[in-house]
Amino acid sequence: MKARNRMTVVMTVGGAVLLGCCLFSLLYGSYEMGLGEIVRTLLGGGTPNQNVAIWGIRLPRILVACFIGAALSASGCTIQGVTGNPLAEPGIIGINAGATLAVVLYISYSSEAYYSALGAGTLILTPLLSMAGALSAAALIYGLARKKNGLGQNRLILVGVGVNIAVSAVVVLFQLSMSKGSYNQALAWTNGSLWGTGFLYLAMVAPVTIVIFSILLYKSKTLDVLSLGDELATGLGVPVDRERKKLLILSVLLASAAVAVAGNIAFVGLIGPHIAQRLVGGRHRRKLPAAAVISASLMVFADALARNLFSPVEIPLGILLSLIGVPYFVYLMLRAR
Amino acid sequence: MTRRVGLLVFASLTIMAAGLLAATCLGAKQISIQGVWDSLFRYDGGLDALLVRDSRLPRAVSSALVGGLLAMAGAVMQGVTRNPIAEPSIMGVTQGATLAVAIASVNLSVYGLLGNTLSALLGSLVSGLLVLLFSLQSAQNMNLARLLMAGTAISTFFLSLASIVALLGNRSQDLAFWLSGGFRTATWSSVGLLLPVAAACGSFAVGLSKKINLISLGDDAAVGLGVNPTRVRVQSVAIIIPMCAACVAVAGNVAFVGLIVPHIVRRLLGNDYRRLIPVSFVCGGALLVWADVAAKMVNIPYETPIGLFSSLLGIPVFISLIRREKS
Repeated sequence: MKARNRMTVVMTVGGAVLLGCCLFSLLYGSYEMGLGEIVRTLLGGGTPNQNVAIWGIRLPRILVACFIGAALSASGCTIQGVTGNPLAEPGIIGINAGATLAVVLYISYSSEAYYSALGAGTLILTPLLSMAGALSAAALIYGLARKKNGLGQNRLILVGVGVNIAVSAVVVLFQLSMSKGSYNQALAWTNGSLWGTGFLYLAMVAPVTIVIFSILLYKSKTLDVLSLGDELATGLGVPVDRERKKLLILSVLLASAAVAVAGNIAFVGLIGPHIAQRLVGGRHRRKLPAAAVISASLMVFADALARNLFSPVEIPLGILLSLIGVPYFVYLMLRAR
Repeated sequence: MTRRVGLLVFASLTIMAAGLLAATCLGAKQISIQGVWDSLFRYDGGLDALLVRDSRLPRAVSSALVGGLLAMAGAVMQGVTRNPIAEPSIMGVTQGATLAVAIASVNLSVYGLLGNTLSALLGSLVSGLLVLLFSLQSAQNMNLARLLMAGTAISTFFLSLASIVALLGNRSQDLAFWLSGGFRTATWSSVGLLLPVAAACGSFAVGLSKKINLISLGDDAAVGLGVNPTRVRVQSVAIIIPMCAACVAVAGNVAFVGLIVPHIVRRLLGNDYRRLIPVSFVCGGALLVWADVAAKMVNIPYETPIGLFSSLLGIPVFISLIRREKS
């Protein structure tokens, strides 16, 4: 009963914070608008300029940021539960790097018409490619980590970190030979950014997130049991290897959907779940939604900063997030003795 | 065992000498061995002679020294963290130096004040201290996964900062150059920087090797045998920092050398750091001289980043080390 009350409080406060972050992001921008003007524009009565600022730029970015935050945090939560390592995260174990490599390869071999002719084909092809890259990286990690006696928890992460380092090195090599324009286009991916996000991307990321998130919620009991460790989980009647594989595939799909739209964004899958764990405890039925709300707020807030901090230069969102995420990560590592 | 050490050192020295010769002969302009001999001992001021004296030779010597330093730094790091995958670029020390170099090349007043070398030193000092913090805090229960993730986090942090610096200074693509490493710009003054560092830090490392041996047995054993593990760790990191700084200042980030070389030497000679550290230096030098020859020759007349070759060699070693680890 107490836990449920706590959950209600956390979700209410979290929801309010998320709304506050969204409002902040709507208000804060290089085209200045008051609160009244924003409300009027949202209701459909804005000037053309205001319409572009709100409907064309700020609103889709906010919504996409929310969904990506939720997707990454659920993915991180699942990987942490499945591997039993509280520091695991899709960015650290090399899934993002695979996606980045695919996109960088595509950009370096595609045509050089990057400013004028970013047609609908490229707009849709890039996310698909990055999804394919993320999935192949995950398959590679899985294949390399697998031994006869099954999939070790630790080995998966170690191999993932190794693959991450290796793939990043290859990405740098390709970046060297790019022209300046291609490089800047690739930069948005390698560093993670919501620049140029529209409602099309929202339509790509939102359904995947909602569906997989619901499946994970439905599977939350299995996740709880798996995070107890292999022996205990087997004893409780869970087919460990099979369930782990399924959950891993789901979390990789989630992460790759997020990366497909936003590029390489790390540490969000770490921060949200950890704060959620402290607030509502380790049961995944509560932890998953709480983590989603926290990560979504973080993403929206960070994106508003990324847009405006050094305006007119936009700092890539992924960089900003790792500047926040790494100190937190280090703190977690030093605390867990 | 002594014979084996002698054999290995002799073999690597021969390979290194052959590599040095190849590095002076081969390049965008081929120079015959006779030509190299002439330009060294019968200097006539011609193009070949200038090339050999001012470009090829310092470059070859720098690559040998950097390879040796990196391999030695890797060996020391593996000893004090008791971890077979510790290596300067994996642990984020080189990335710290890269950040400092990025700041120096964007901000002219920093460049004027410190120059590349001192900035690299400062940067690797900061990141080296972070590594020290980790290895001191939890040396007892530092497993492979945690150390590796700590390294990844530290490198990500410094690279993110470097990206922002480069972005604001409108030098984004240069970041890829700083990160991929190479000996394009090596001169005799690079050798002048590397040689004293190698001599000083190398002799310190060899002097410490007996204590590193004890630490690699475990902290309790070390304390029981009268060695203060914390002190040895601090001293080791103090050696590693200038070594990495000098390497980054000259060649940028050349990854995995500190991983491959000690690993191979360990398989041949065993875990005795008194042998491992000096022999790694020689073998690392031999490896990187040839890697640099490959970097010059593969896509002639363009340079291929040397990091490509060291990574291609390093990643399989890395994965096999990880797979051997018990879960």
